[in-house]
Amino acid sequence: MPRPGFVLDVDRSTPPMLFWRGENFSLEKLPADRSRVIYGPEPLAGIDDVDGAIREALLNPLDMDPLPALLTPGMKLTICFDDASLSLPKMRRPDTRQRIIEAVLELAAAAGVDDVHLIAALGLHRRMHDYELRHVLGDRIFDAFHPRGLLYQHDAEDHDNLTVIGETDEGEVVEISKRVAESDLVVYANVNQVAMDGGWKSITTGVASYRCLSYHHNPATLQNTRSLMDRHHSALHHSLWRMGEVLREHGPKIFTVETTLNTDTFPSPFDFLAKREWEWNAKDRATFLATQKSLDRIPLKMRRKIMHSIESPYRMTGVHAGFTPTVHERTLDNVYAQHLVDVEGQTDILTMGIPYICPYNPEGIMNPILVMCMGLGYLFNMYRGKPLVREGGVIIMTHPTYRDFHSVHHPSYIDFFEEVLADTTDPAVMSEKWERKYAEDEWYRHLYRTGNAYHGVHPFYAWYWGAHGQQHAGRVIIVGGDAPTVRRLGFTPASTMNDALEIASDVVGRSASITHLHVPSVLVADVK
Amino acid sequence: MRALQIRRTPVKLGIARLTSAVSPTIAAKVGPLELRRIDDPVRPGTGDGWHQVRTRLSGICGSDLALVEGHASTYFEDWVSFPFVPGHEVAGELDDGSRVVLEPVLGHAARGVAPPFDGAAPGDGDDYAHLATTTVDGLLEPGIQTGFCCSTGGGWAPWFWAHESQLHRVDMPDERAVLVEPFAAGIHAALLALPTIAGVDDPIIAVLGAGTMGLATIAGLSRYVPHARVVVGARYPHQQALAKALGASQVVPDRELRRAVRRAAGCHVVGGQLTSGAHVTIDAVGSNASVVESLAITRPRGRVVLLGMPADVSLDLTGLWHRETELKGAYTYGTETLPDGTRTTTFRLAIDTANHFEAERLLSATYRLDDHVEALAHAATAGRRGAVKIAFDPRTTTGEAS
Repeated sequence: MPRPGFVLDVDRSTPPMLFWRGENFSLEKLPADRSRVIYGPEPLAGIDDVDGAIREALLNPLDMDPLPALLTPGMKLTICFDDASLSLPKMRRPDTRQRIIEAVLELAAAAGVDDVHLIAALGLHRRMHDYELRHVLGDRIFDAFHPRGLLYQHDAEDHDNLTVIGETDEGEVVEISKRVAESDLVVYANVNQVAMDGGWKSITTGVASYRCLSYHHNPATLQNTRSLMDRHHSALHHSLWRMGEVLREHGPKIFTVETTLNTDTFPSPFDFLAKREWEWNAKDRATFLATQKSLDRIPLKMRRKIMHSIESPYRMTGVHAGFTPTVHERTLDNVYAQHLVDVEGQTDILTMGIPYICPYNPEGIMNPILVMCMGLGYLFNMYRGKPLVREGGVIIMTHPTYRDFHSVHHPSYIDFFEEVLADTTDPAVMSEKWERKYAEDEWYRHLYRTGNAYHGVHPFYAWYWGAHGQQHAGRVIIVGGDAPTVRRLGFTPASTMNDALEIASDVVGRSASITHLHVPSVLVADVK
Repeated sequence: MRALQIRRTPVKLGIARLTSAVSPTIAAKVGPLELRRIDDPVRPGTGDGWHQVRTRLSGICGSDLALVEGHASTYFEDWVSFPFVPGHEVAGELDDGSRVVLEPVLGHAARGVAPPFDGAAPGDGDDYAHLATTTVDGLLEPGIQTGFCCSTGGGWAPWFWAHESQLHRVDMPDERAVLVEPFAAGIHAALLALPTIAGVDDPIIAVLGAGTMGLATIAGLSRYVPHARVVVGARYPHQQALAKALGASQVVPDRELRRAVRRAAGCHVVGGQLTSGAHVTIDAVGSNASVVESLAITRPRGRVVLLGMPADVSLDLTGLWHRETELKGAYTYGTETLPDGTRTTTFRLAIDTANHFEAERLLSATYRLDDHVEALAHAATAGRRGAVKIAFDPRTTTGEAS
């Protein structure tokens, strides 16, 4: 029986805590008697018969007819699926998307459906490499569809193949892929790793245009998203759900299949990552030391390669299919069952280790903007109720924050760092002054459409993702980061955790309470 | 008098060239420049108009460093006369106490030759024969400028001869006055952008380098080509701050300039080359790499202005041919025509600009002639030491000649 999440009060006997530092780790001793550590629940048990559970979901969907009843000869069927931003790290093959799509294709074939398109719902993310598509879909699907042009990736700049479905009551234009809009049935194959994903977000971001995305991916919306992991208190999700209503009334029939994963993230020899530090045995300590020292000694490029080659032994904990909002509520129940931890009260200082990966750098580099996005966007938002850190408190992150960018994946990020952040770190100001220029830059458009680059506007979105955290925190400190780069982000550099706590005392005093968000695993703090 | 002097000594030039890559200090020690007691220069002309100028400050320019470190092109061998006292960036004083800045070109008036047109500045004209010819009276040897001529002396000495046509009386601090000459050179380069951007609504001018010349160019652009978007690549933080303060629209680290120009032009990149780019690029560095970079970031049918003295470079000119890029040298100064049709001399504009920007902010350190090794090493590494312009103050020279 997996143990639930847990809040540890740090005393003098508590061992140092594990912090991610990009492609490596460190152990940090937290001050006794004023620190606590939040651990996520242990991984839930996975479903043994995954294919059977998927088939069961397709045949007994929620608030919709069974899938076979929706499939008719001569119909236009489009299957959309989440892109390489999920799962993180990538799961071992076969990916659950492959399993879902194979099951759907089997039913479609039985029903005589032969007009089938597969679309990677990547929104403004980079196009996936062929090997990534093979990883997600399996060789059989890739070889059957890709050579015939029936497996392709959404292009948010292909205006000839975008269409407007309608407008919300608040004037938000819902513009999505024409193929999706004109399909008789759309099946969406989702992997839900955090509560932010899924639901109406899948279609209204994954196969939407920049115009459509800009209604919810903006500073005002994201500053009022409390939090990204709580859709009922998220302005972002409110906008997405309004768009979902438009889709429901005027769009295609959508049959959503959502799956949830447990938090069994790292395979051997990284088992120690899943353990609580005081439960480490001699082997765990030895493995940690060996891993840390080895990673220290090899070049950064190789470190990255090793880390990105990790394939997670995730297990599927649930699968639900049918009407999007109904399915999503069940999905959220499953996600919260894995992630929620009850936490009493806020903290003055929140510490977090920033890992080598976030949704926007699979197979790539965790550049400085993504460090901000991961810290203030994702990890800060891992709460329900109130933020873990009080307003005006301090957030301390650990990451090397090198001034390094993937020139193929993140070309506009480089310019954003050099040009926009040199001018302002204020999301509202940059949105007003710079966003359109980047969004409409023909070169970025070209690289997004034909290469493997994120859309020109994407660094803005990554920055906006952290807008609420940025507004909320009194100071943000990065331990171990390249100092000029950290300053460019508007943060304060510190050499050690002790230095960071000393700097933090300027803001929150010398007896401030400290909470460490233990990553991994993924958790959502239910702050009372 | 005691002065710094350069003699034609090929061995020393060779050694200086070899050692400069390792240590500017050693290059300055072993190079052709020496502080020695020299005969006072003889008045270089029999006619009126020659003045003794007492040096108050005299700057160290990139071309001076190239000479001292043995990197200068052999091109100039017939245009200078050895041995000479360098120093062409000068704030000086005349016998009557008036303060002057030197326009160093030894032009037509100084050599008793008819000017190319009435009111011509010393640098004007399309025949440079007079620069490389000894005057009829035999008193003025060849020399493109004061500071490269054995007859006149130069600024790296307590005093030298200058012709009335070379002198501009000024009322400004010496520290500002010594920067008027480099400002004039920068302004001249800036104004060479005008023909290319005439009629362009939102012209982009890229500037490579933000040492003294680059900064002077930026000052000139912001003053006389204010409608241009000036994108600057500057290596060091203090250069970036000064470039911004002098009016650059955008300043980026030098390695980021190509990306910044691409952003400004909104163009594509093909094989590392921008498909469009800056209308005009002003290369204030003058290295092989900077010329290559300038050609890569200038749009087809654009202009590259070479302000920094490039000497020997090795270039693939296919891109220049394909893009019909115009390569334009920018040497010294003369008579300029501003966009509103006003004709004036570059030095007048430079004096005005130096006053406007309080150019003394670019002067980082002054040295005695005795400390010339240290001064030259400082000038050669100015950027990474957080400096811009280094100058000599010969008034404080003490000690005996070496």
